[in-house]
Amino acid sequence: MKQYIIIGNGVAAAGCIEGIRSVDKDGKITVISEEKHPVYCRPLISYYLEGKTDTKKMNYRGEDFYTANGCDIIYGKKAVKIDKAAKKIELDDKSKLPYTSVCVAVGSSPFVPPMEGLESVEKKFGFMTLDDTLALEKAVTKNSRVLIVGAGLIGLKCAEGLHGRAASIVVADLADRVLSSILDKDCAAYMQKCLEENGIEFLLSDSVKKFDKNKAYMQSGKEVNFDVLVLAVGVRANVALIKDAGGEVNRGIIVDEKLRTSIEDIYAAGDCTEGEDISLGAKRVLALMPNAYMQGHAAGVNMAGGEELFDKGIPMNSIGFFGLHCMTAGTAYTSEQGGCTYEEKFDSGIKRLFTKGGLLTGFMIIGGSERAGIYTAMIRERTPLDSVNFEMLRKAATSAAFGKEARKEKFAMPH
Amino acid sequence: MKRVYVNEEWCLGCHLCEYNCAFANSGLKDMAYALKGKPIYPRIHIEENDKISYAVSCRHCDDPICVKSCIAGAISKKDGVVHIDSEKCVGCHTCVLVCPYGALAPGESGIMQKCELCLANSCGEPACVKGCPNNAIVFESRDEEV
Ligand SMILES: Cc1cc2nc3c(=O)[nH]c(=O)nc-3n(C[C@H](O)[C@H](O)[C@H](O)COP(=O)(O)OP(=O)(O)OC[C@H]3O[C@@H](n4cnc5c(N)ncnc54)[C@H](O)[C@@H]3O)c2cc1C
Ligand code: SF4
Ligand code: SF4
Repeated sequence: MKQYIIIGNGVAAAGCIEGIRSVDKDGKITVISEEKHPVYCRPLISYYLEGKTDTKKMNYRGEDFYTANGCDIIYGKKAVKIDKAAKKIELDDKSKLPYTSVCVAVGSSPFVPPMEGLESVEKKFGFMTLDDTLALEKAVTKNSRVLIVGAGLIGLKCAEGLHGRAASIVVADLADRVLSSILDKDCAAYMQKCLEENGIEFLLSDSVKKFDKNKAYMQSGKEVNFDVLVLAVGVRANVALIKDAGGEVNRGIIVDEKLRTSIEDIYAAGDCTEGEDISLGAKRVLALMPNAYMQGHAAGVNMAGGEELFDKGIPMNSIGFFGLHCMTAGTAYTSEQGGCTYEEKFDSGIKRLFTKGGLLTGFMIIGGSERAGIYTAMIRERTPLDSVNFEMLRKAATSAAFGKEARKEKFAMPH
Repeated sequence: MKRVYVNEEWCLGCHLCEYNCAFANSGLKDMAYALKGKPIYPRIHIEENDKISYAVSCRHCDDPICVKSCIAGAISKKDGVVHIDSEKCVGCHTCVLVCPYGALAPGESGIMQKCELCLANSCGEPACVKGCPNNAIVFESRDEEV
């Protein structure tokens, strides 16, 4: 009987369990979970603070998930070493588990650059886990002044979550705009405006020079008094297990289309990996939930002897703040890189479609993102633009822009 | 399994299916009371260009990317039907971002909805199909025999 080990217990791990079980109903699956919770929806931690979900509803799967899938789960322990010669995984309590194959689904960790005086700050938090969130919830009162360092996805989601719970929220970032990793300047301005209208304050193109207890001295000379500090500067893929075992890593663990690492019988999936972004034509960390699940699922199928490729990976994200939705996917090539941009503006927002080499390569849509999956599918399937009515598609995402035969084929067969 | 299929040549573009859908899912007994003068949130919609029109609703995909992508674990597939748990959905629109058919749209409250084949409402079979005046939408099994 095969012995599968899954290191980590996030959504990539859940995908891996379901992938294995779609092929192999009998093999032994052991999940090693550092966090002492069944798999939960990490992106929902801000919705929890908003009161839009609760710890029970946040569970990714039903209560019987592990038993129904015949998994042993070890809570509160970490895998510390892969012994590839002996084919064993060593845990932090020194126990060793033998494996036939392993999926490393260990996600990422917050990255905190050295900051002067940080140790003098009493109430400081990350915003990555349910435990971070429960601790933050306790620390924040109606009178708290909150400083969030980082205006990326995680920092802003934290700001939205705390809105209404705190007296004031200031978000600082070295970048000149919010959500700088996914939005260009014009699109980011729409999101920033919406956040500001809801009382979130920004200090952009600025960073903390020094902390002194409840005060941050900024590079710009400004001073911010705060009661609670949230650090959301960035994340780094957890690559150490594979790196230490001599496997290939870059910014993430390098995997191929079958999610194999460079070490035999070791697979990896989710935020800890670097996989092919077909809109970029290169590998990159695709640290988003849909990709984590799909990679985990494919890894599981392949570990169990089936075949499933993850060969349509692109970054793709939908995120909303205070009711304004923002969707991004793929890669935005500039004109210097040989790309073209098509823009539509509408009442509540803006849409930018990016093309290169006769293909749709990416988009940014603020507001008005109805049926955007039609665009996403075109990027993932590499649909030639000369086979569609692009004029029509620029205005609205619709299958009416496809040729009759293509549309009939699409709708005749379920995906 | 049985799915809703469109015959686009026969679609009149009358949008009746949208009204029948909104009514079937309203839980109300009187159509005029349920829909008249209100914005409607149907789970099927008509797309059209100058030559054709056709209805779009969830395909209940064999390998549904919405299920794999939902950040709240709110979408699942059971007995061939892809279902959204409205208690769990947080309205993030990730499913809209990935569905290749454009089959999902938020309801009045912002919670996501899509065609669930009228199996859970009082209609019991797709109301859009039942009410289509020209058989442009049908509910049938086209799976190849295994
Ligand atoms: C606040 C926030 C909001 C987000 N919003 C969105 C969103 O709107 N849309 C979206 O697509 N994505 C979003 N994301 C990203 C999304 O959560 C991740 O892409 C996804 O959770 C990745 O899943 P994963 O399984 O790869 O890793 P993780 O969920 O990070 O799980 C990895 C697990 O492995 C454990 N682990 C690590 N090392 C070890 C070890 N050595 N031994 C045992 N266990 C270990 C960790 O404790 C962790 O529980 C958000 C993330 C955050 C933090
Ligand atoms: S919502 Fe879209 S992706 Fe999901 S099952 Fe329906 S058609 Fe398929
Ligand atoms: S809108 Fe609801 S159903 Fe759709 S992905 Fe988000 S939580 Fe899931």
